[in-house]
Amino acid sequence: MALADFQVVIGLEVHAELLTRSKIFCSCSTAFGGEPNAHTCPVCLALPGSLPVLNQRVVEMAVTVGVALGCTIREKSVFARKNYFYPDLPKGYQISQYELPICEGGAVPFTAAGQDKVARLTRIHMEEDAGKNVHGVSEDGASGVDLNRAGVPLIEIVSEPDLRSADEAVEYVRSLRAILMALGVCDGNMQEGSLRADANVSVMRKGAEKYGTRCEIKNMNSFRFLKAAIEYEARRQVEVIEGGGQVEQETRLFDPDRGETRSMRSKEEAHDYRYFPEPDLPPVRVAPELVERLRAALPELPRARSLRYQKDLGLSAYDAGVLVSDAQVAGFFDRALAAYGSGPEAAKKVANWVNGEVARLANESATGPADWKLTPEKLAAVLKLMDAGSIGGPGAKQVVEEVFKTGADPAAVVQQKGLAQVSDEGAIEAVVDRVLAASPAEVERHRSGKKNLTGFFVGQVMKELRGKGNPAVVNALLRKKLGGS
Amino acid sequence: MSPAQELTALALREAGDAVAARRTSSLELTEAALARIEKVDPGLGAFLTVSAERARAEARAADARAARGERRSPLDGVPVAVKDLFSTRGLSTTAGSRILEGYRPPYDADAVERLAAAGAVLLGKLNMDEFAMGSSNENSGYKPCRNPWDPSRTPGGSSGGSAAAVAARLAHGTLGTDTGGSIREPAAFCGVVGVKPTYGRVSRYGVVAFASSLDQVGPLARTVGDAALLLRTVAGHDPRDMTSSSRPVDDYLATLEGGAKGLRIGVPREWLAGGLEPGTEAAVRAALDTYQQLGANLIEVSLPHSRYGIAAYYIIAPAEASSNLARYDGVRFGIRSPARGLREMYGDTRDRGFGPEVKRRIMVGTYALSSGYYDAYYLRAQKVRTLVRRDLDQAFECCDVVAGPVAPGVAFRLGEKVEDPLQMYLADVFTITANLAALPALSVPCGKDAATGLPVGLQLVGRPFDESTLLRAARAFEREVGIFPAPPEVE
Repeated sequence: MALADFQVVIGLEVHAELLTRSKIFCSCSTAFGGEPNAHTCPVCLALPGSLPVLNQRVVEMAVTVGVALGCTIREKSVFARKNYFYPDLPKGYQISQYELPICEGGAVPFTAAGQDKVARLTRIHMEEDAGKNVHGVSEDGASGVDLNRAGVPLIEIVSEPDLRSADEAVEYVRSLRAILMALGVCDGNMQEGSLRADANVSVMRKGAEKYGTRCEIKNMNSFRFLKAAIEYEARRQVEVIEGGGQVEQETRLFDPDRGETRSMRSKEEAHDYRYFPEPDLPPVRVAPELVERLRAALPELPRARSLRYQKDLGLSAYDAGVLVSDAQVAGFFDRALAAYGSGPEAAKKVANWVNGEVARLANESATGPADWKLTPEKLAAVLKLMDAGSIGGPGAKQVVEEVFKTGADPAAVVQQKGLAQVSDEGAIEAVVDRVLAASPAEVERHRSGKKNLTGFFVGQVMKELRGKGNPAVVNALLRKKLGGS
Repeated sequence: MSPAQELTALALREAGDAVAARRTSSLELTEAALARIEKVDPGLGAFLTVSAERARAEARAADARAARGERRSPLDGVPVAVKDLFSTRGLSTTAGSRILEGYRPPYDADAVERLAAAGAVLLGKLNMDEFAMGSSNENSGYKPCRNPWDPSRTPGGSSGGSAAAVAARLAHGTLGTDTGGSIREPAAFCGVVGVKPTYGRVSRYGVVAFASSLDQVGPLARTVGDAALLLRTVAGHDPRDMTSSSRPVDDYLATLEGGAKGLRIGVPREWLAGGLEPGTEAAVRAALDTYQQLGANLIEVSLPHSRYGIAAYYIIAPAEASSNLARYDGVRFGIRSPARGLREMYGDTRDRGFGPEVKRRIMVGTYALSSGYYDAYYLRAQKVRTLVRRDLDQAFECCDVVAGPVAPGVAFRLGEKVEDPLQMYLADVFTITANLAALPALSVPCGKDAATGLPVGLQLVGRPFDESTLLRAARAFEREVGIFPAPPEVE
């Protein structure tokens, strides 16, 4: 297979929408959705005479990310105009940064195939988002423009070509996403476009020193698409080279329906953006004191948190990794654990529930911890009811689901739904006796050595008890009656 | 003189005082101005829009204040007008361009808000070169404007309407903008006072952008004191314009009568080294003599890089304009050509909406910024800009103001330079220095050209944010030679 003779080389440009309340150059809301053009004003509509005013929170968030990723923060950075025509770009230029970005250097750590790796960063810069074109808005098929997103602040995080596989690219973005979310600067929602990645992909023969010609791939709004697009593109480029051709430098678009990339514009058609310093905005000054203040305020980052979970709580690398990939979920875990108990066993139990049943319910409802009616304290209460033998595992799942949906008190749910476990030995013994009396043949076979019939008896007893028998008590009684095991 | 003519003949502060003292009313002033506009402007072309009803309503409100003994400012109740580059809520704002035909902004420019807060009455919007690109007002997308001193000549540009309206006594004061001389040159051609303040002194918020790093708002008026009052009214920090300065605004009127004694006036050798029309040179030299008589010291200075200024300016200004004018795409406001596709819509709209000079500058600017040429043009032009400023900084080590001509000659004839853009660009040769260096400068009438009887302007350039000294120097001259007369009545 020819693919194995080639090395794929990937650099990523990740755009992250910042969680400011207002836009980068005006005071309009950044809220997602809303009637088209409801969140607009003369500035983000680019009415004649309007001028941009920089939202200082954007600078602080960019510096926070830079500090967290070990970048050099420029004391003086400059906004520049990137000129091109498109209806969703109201000024006919995007205010971005070009020659002097706010952050340079730095790196993103990630884990791929069990190995810890690092991808170096070229730069991080601030810019504004565009609006969107909406097609077929009227009966005559006309297109409209919605500028609600125009002017939403973005940072673009540009990596060096340090990634060597689609999986590495995915893990890089996963790690970066977790960091941005932990810093509270981005909600990480790829579906809504809060986090988007463009990939520069090239291939070279293994052992070669010079990178191949690269193509830029756009429009990958999920980890799955990112992986599929890079894998497709690498295969395509290898086929071109193996077929005796040359890879053309171009911009390509990923088509998720067909799982392919296709040419969007060639090098010749590439825009000349005619960058020049934005005369409406003075250079951005970042005082060293601000950098230090933001550095001191950094929260614990995902990697450190994961290591702490492994070392102090004895969690597996996998469990810890899943928890820290969303800082809010990790926070939920911390609070649930605090309310529940301590020690590795307690931590493991809480982690299993958070990563298992709770994660399932969250996925189903597409919600995050902030939306959940299940508080960490209520989850801890359910686990305690289990420990006390008041409910069994299946009952606990039902309670968690109900609390997740309604926010009701766990003990009340147990009552209401009749989920309380039967632990009374007398009551269970009567049932055990009945089951054994009704199945003399099985009892005989068990006694003659067919020990796997224990399960049959447990099942029969539980059936009689409608699933609410305390499994420990049932097992102990069966053992006693059937004579050891 | 008829009573109405007496009213329009009042200077800005005289008119304001008359309203406050209830010797006349704002409505009477406004009606007199509107009547004069109706009578004179068809032959002049200073106004693109007259907002008569709005003006009357504002005048009545001003009169109500006067009746209560309230006075918002010395401008309260005085009719003024602004260049059609200023956004005015609900009132047509075209920037002199067909592409903005029918556009009514939903907001007021900062300077317009400040005028309103001071109680001024807005008569309407003034003619100009399209997007402020021009030195003769002939690039207006609507109609030419004529010089009140000689209707066969241009009033200068781009704030031609702003200067002509003041000279012809259609408004007691106006606002213009100056990117390369667009206030000072028409002020000189029309015999009125025009001030381009320090970059950042007046907010650009709401002013349709031509070249963002050079554009500056300023007043035109019949007297230095009136210009000082208007400037004080519109100057000041605006958080909506990040290039606006937070320095407090000086009380220009308080120091206005300080005289010229001991003033050190730098005279750039390069500015009087030939190339001036004889009548212009004579008037400027005579003005310098007057300063000497007033006790000022004339010091020869050198601005060696100013000769490169015009080349640098005609790179930087078009480059910024090419980007600033990208928003006129037919999508959100102004005209839109019916078209099937996007490219066609852009192309047709911009082809129909923009005039030849605007297209020329968009092409020049686009070229100057394009990949591979940026360093050779834009970057080098910015370096020249730094050198021009350095020349001035050096001059200001030994002098308080720099003085010279505003333009190489008097108002030229309509059509005279239309076919030769380079000749037209050279009209800016003395004025662009102050724009490139971001310094304050003004034009004050300094006499008439002997051959034509047309006004000549003297230019004064000052230190950053030292408009006070500039205005004081101009006033000393004006006090000595008298306020420049109105043009003869054209019937």
